[in-house]
Amino acid sequence: MGLFVLRRLLLVVPLLIGITFISFVVISLAPGGPLDFLEADNPDLSPEVKRQLTELYGLDKPIVVQYGHWLLRIARLDFGRSFLPDGRPVLAKILERMPVTLAINLIELIIIVSVAVPIGVLSATRQYSVFDKITTIFVFVGFATPDFWLALLLMALFGAQLGWLPISGLRHINAEYLPFWSQQWDLISHLLLPIAVGTFGGLAGFSRYMRQSMLEVVRQDYVQTARAKGLPEEVVIGKHALRNALLPVVTILGLSLPGLIGGSVIIESVFAIPGMGQLMVQSIYARDYPVVMGNLVIVSVLTLFANLFADLAYGLVDPRIRLGRGRRSR
Amino acid sequence: MRRLAGVATVLGAVAALVAGCGTRADTTTESTHAASSERAYGDTFVEASIGDIGALIPNLATDAPSHEVGGLVYDQLIRADKNITWLPAMAESWQFTPDCLGLTFKLRQDVKWHDGHPFTAADVVFTWKTLVNPKTPAPFKEKFLQVKDVEALDPYTVQVTYAQPFGRALESWDEYVLPKHLLEGYVADGKLRESPQNKRPIGTGPYRFQEWRSGEKVVLVANPDYYLGRPYISRIVYRVIPSQATIFLELKARGVDYSGGLTAVQYMRQTEYPAFRKAYNKFRYPGNGYTFLAFNLKDPRFADKRVRQAIAHAIDKQELMDGVAMGLAREATGPIRPTSWAYTDHVTRYAFDPAAAKRLLAAAGWTDRDGDGMVEDKDGRPFVFTIRTNQGNDERKRIAEIVQQRLKDVGVKVEIQTIDWASFIKEFVKPRKFEAIVLGLGFGADPDQYVLWHSSQTGPEQMNRTGYANPEVDALLDKGRASCRRQDRVKTYHRIQEILADDLPMIFLYVRDALPVAASRVHGPDPGPAGIMWNLPEWYVPKPLQVYTAG
Repeated sequence: MGLFVLRRLLLVVPLLIGITFISFVVISLAPGGPLDFLEADNPDLSPEVKRQLTELYGLDKPIVVQYGHWLLRIARLDFGRSFLPDGRPVLAKILERMPVTLAINLIELIIIVSVAVPIGVLSATRQYSVFDKITTIFVFVGFATPDFWLALLLMALFGAQLGWLPISGLRHINAEYLPFWSQQWDLISHLLLPIAVGTFGGLAGFSRYMRQSMLEVVRQDYVQTARAKGLPEEVVIGKHALRNALLPVVTILGLSLPGLIGGSVIIESVFAIPGMGQLMVQSIYARDYPVVMGNLVIVSVLTLFANLFADLAYGLVDPRIRLGRGRRSR
Repeated sequence: MRRLAGVATVLGAVAALVAGCGTRADTTTESTHAASSERAYGDTFVEASIGDIGALIPNLATDAPSHEVGGLVYDQLIRADKNITWLPAMAESWQFTPDCLGLTFKLRQDVKWHDGHPFTAADVVFTWKTLVNPKTPAPFKEKFLQVKDVEALDPYTVQVTYAQPFGRALESWDEYVLPKHLLEGYVADGKLRESPQNKRPIGTGPYRFQEWRSGEKVVLVANPDYYLGRPYISRIVYRVIPSQATIFLELKARGVDYSGGLTAVQYMRQTEYPAFRKAYNKFRYPGNGYTFLAFNLKDPRFADKRVRQAIAHAIDKQELMDGVAMGLAREATGPIRPTSWAYTDHVTRYAFDPAAAKRLLAAAGWTDRDGDGMVEDKDGRPFVFTIRTNQGNDERKRIAEIVQQRLKDVGVKVEIQTIDWASFIKEFVKPRKFEAIVLGLGFGADPDQYVLWHSSQTGPEQMNRTGYANPEVDALLDKGRASCRRQDRVKTYHRIQEILADDLPMIFLYVRDALPVAASRVHGPDPGPAGIMWNLPEWYVPKPLQVYTAG
């Protein structure tokens, strides 16, 4: 087990280099560059400044050299400074945005899992029942509804029409002057709609996976056996079937972890939430390479660890996959 | 000009319940039972900004939000009034030498930086030295490279000398002055961007910086010691809302007090209901730029003036304005702001007249020789060209489509291509690999047109995109630049406009209206050529209408 983890950890290094190199090249080749604002047709802009900035940012060097410099800095955990006029350290920019994105996605994930699993199980065990049909419709509506559209509808209804909830942002303008509990409620009320929208989309997919997986499992012989043994249906489904049905779902869960950090670009933009997704989009538009790459490194590392984590989690839920001799009984 | 566009709002808090910046509501009103429109201190003004703030040393930034915030935190030697007439600001007076080579500013002695440090001539000299320093990435430094020297004659007198007369000399000092005592060390090291000033700016302007939450908001509070008097609105909050649709919903819910621009549809229809009209004042005034259809004059077909004039006759500008902007625009006759002192409309105009267009095309050798309804040259080649514009600008695309239809009526076939901005500029505009383009340009505060039309400005990085070259215009442009006196310059610019309207290197289409909205409780907006934000420190909310009490 320990050896396995160590080997996987070592593999992360070449993988990261590969990922970042390809990303670096791709973003450098994309049309436009960080000095694009100097292409804005403004007669007052000084062409000389473009030359100065090109040198300052090292953009006059070949891509491979630029990448080399970047890699050497990253190896020392120096993410560099943003190309934007604020010139702030990349890490500071990313870290200040991380908590809100992380929180929103974590809450969404918890809601999604705790709602989707029962829905999936119920619609699988009552296949073609009214409940199953309703959830099927719900799921397809969820799949088909664009995030931003649903977000705008909810904002128009609860924010503009009814005035029950704030429309956008994270805090009321005067939040810092409110009493403590009002501040918490203020924050929660700002997060209700974004979380609802994010959950709705995720719920659809997730409950579908769960249903599918459950349907497969209940047809297995060992479930028949369990029933034949005269076990109560709850035990058959809840213990024997569910644990096996959860396996593929764990994979998907692992894969969705990077999203925790990457955030939802659309939701954050529409709701004006200053999170990682918004930062990523802005830095891509501005071709702010250091921030884009910094973001990418963090998300890549997270993805790689999430995969590792998912692999280990298999071991917990599936004894067949349990690795090495570290077999502990649960 | 960029800073004229901007500023924000405020509000404030009356009772200074929390923030403790005491309000003095009665200092200007005689009675506490003031009529509902009497000036009062207090309240908060919340402005929606679609982009985040780039930097808090605005001299380093090109984005509008940085300049809006910067325009309130920092101050300039001179400031523009509603009509872009230069008024004293931190300089109480100025004087040109008769040869226009020297410009002396007398500074006010009562100006203090927000940290209490006195403002002096040394700060002005420092600002100039900073901006021309090769290590300072200031995008708008060009105008200061014309300056030979800036020196402080005494702590309150600044002498600027030019190597040659520079028409924009005065206007160029509408520049944010930076604090020497806080920045000196950073400039020498080329680390201006990394200085604390870029996060927590200290200026001399009407508002003090309070807080910047990246991607969320910037908060400014009134500067009680402002040398022109404390601004009325106590607090201004810029909320970053990256989605236009969200801003509009926030307006409907009265979550924000100001937005810089409604769309034409929002202005004409979606805001025309009583509740909205009661809560907001909508403004409409000519915007700060023009949209044009430019030709590549190196293309032999467009090198013929008659062809360009024929196209002008074939286009119905009114139809364009109605079609793409619901009529919320005004006809452009040239590249100078219609409200400028240098503007004239006594220039050739081209009425919508397809028959005249056909005559001019025929005179240039383009007639329908094979009876297919399209014109051909004497070798039978049809007149086909491509109009290119950037992706993501629906307005420009629709202009191209309407022009396409109208030119088809006179026998010219137009193809349309939209390309993403970066590639459009890099692959087509800069190398002049286009036949015709639809684009927009901003008006400067000064009518100087040198970089746009002078024949020396046709290099890849330069702004004379059409390749226009007219010796008379060259001479006029030189002359217009070479004087600091309006009365000398005005005739020059009139003549330039006449020639451009006749030569038509581009067809000046229209000036789009700016369509901002501001909460109706805020009194004082008075939009004009300078935009709407030029007098923000004078805006106020009468006591009974104030909404926010904290701040």
